[in-house]
Amino acid sequence: MIIDFLTFIIRFVFIILIQLLVINNIELDTYLNPYIYIVFILSLPVTMKPWMVVSLSFFTGLVMDTFSSTPGLHMAASGFVGYFRNFYLEFACSKEDFEKQISPAISSKGFVWFTVYALLLTLLHHTVLFYLEIYSLNEFFRTFFRVISSTLFSVLIIVISQLLFFKNKESR
Amino acid sequence: MRNLIFFFYKYYTFILFFVLELFSFVILYQYNHYQRASFLNYTGGMASGFYETVNSTTNYFGLRNMNDSLMSENARLRSQMLNAYYQNGFTQTSISDTLYKQQYDYISANVVNNSVSKRNNYITIDKGSKHGIKPDMGVIGSNGVVGIVTSVSSHFSTVRSALNANTKISCMVQKNNAFGSLEWNGDDPKFSSLKYVNKHVPITTNDPIVTSNFSMLFPEGLPVGKIYAHSIDASDNFHSIKVELYTDFATLKNVYVIRNIFKDEQQMLQNNLKGDH
Repeated sequence: MIIDFLTFIIRFVFIILIQLLVINNIELDTYLNPYIYIVFILSLPVTMKPWMVVSLSFFTGLVMDTFSSTPGLHMAASGFVGYFRNFYLEFACSKEDFEKQISPAISSKGFVWFTVYALLLTLLHHTVLFYLEIYSLNEFFRTFFRVISSTLFSVLIIVISQLLFFKNKESR
Repeated sequence: MRNLIFFFYKYYTFILFFVLELFSFVILYQYNHYQRASFLNYTGGMASGFYETVNSTTNYFGLRNMNDSLMSENARLRSQMLNAYYQNGFTQTSISDTLYKQQYDYISANVVNNSVSKRNNYITIDKGSKHGIKPDMGVIGSNGVVGIVTSVSSHFSTVRSALNANTKISCMVQKNNAFGSLEWNGDDPKFSSLKYVNKHVPITTNDPIVTSNFSMLFPEGLPVGKIYAHSIDASDNFHSIKVELYTDFATLKNVYVIRNIFKDEQQMLQNNLKGDH
């Protein structure tokens, strides 16, 4: 239990640092703004209590807000991810998954399942985030294009990082 | 009562979600609508300290460019010194008179965190209220306008860069003083757009754009950029002007915060005017 808790904290710090120090500095284009920190919320165990997930997502967003001078923005967006993740998992996971207490990952659920899962929740996150960021519907289609391109880019990074870091987790 | 408790028990996740979501919308709304709401005050510059550490490590990689830009700025300033001018017949003495009174102070600062590719970009600088910085002060770089201070902690400040949907800087075309508002459309960090310039005003490509005298944040005539392209939409009363910015936001390192000494006086006068209605 303590080990689990420590793993969460280390992973949280690691993901936030990657987001702040590496991903935020890529700055390819104004249409490619990947936010991969939600992978922390995505990879929480399926058996974790929903209120815990929601609280943790808001906390993750709060930390991101602190470091990007955008009060409430990341909090609102990642809160949505945390809340709707529960519904998606209830729908997409079998009883065995819950019994085995898996964490959603490519190693545990397969490439296609995870990609769809990441794609849907990242899309939700980026939609809320980018529309709240511009805070108006003036540039609706431009923002929409920004959402789509950034989502694809984020999911690409998330999937690649899964393949890199979490591949041998099950065989341990 | 039992039903109420049961209701809370059944939907506590949703209630938690709803309350926290409401909270984040409220602070987001406050930040977007009231300039005074300062997030940095609550977080106490914690993030800025983090970026300061990161920056002191990565600063070494940009030293050469930084020196170059500082040297060119020094050269420019030297050329403006009195002893760089040929004394043309009469001697100029400096008297502390009542005709010229200093209106603008400059506080130099270093950029510790910056972004250019987000829709709303912010810059963090390493000077704060201890150095005399207050919210709503103008910020310039060595080439041109950078942005406006939004929130201040004791040692750091957050600057809303010109590359931000909420930043509107009052500017004018230098040759005929036609004023407009500089707003970024979110596409390219090298270009911005000047809006609300009346279409009867003649403009040409490469006309310099400078800050206008309407702004309380910037002295009049600071360089902003030059006209890159312009066109007139038949259905519109205004030019649509694409401005090439002089400031390269991607490599920004040294900035100056402008303190307008008469700002409070001017603002008070203008607020009195509003009270008349």
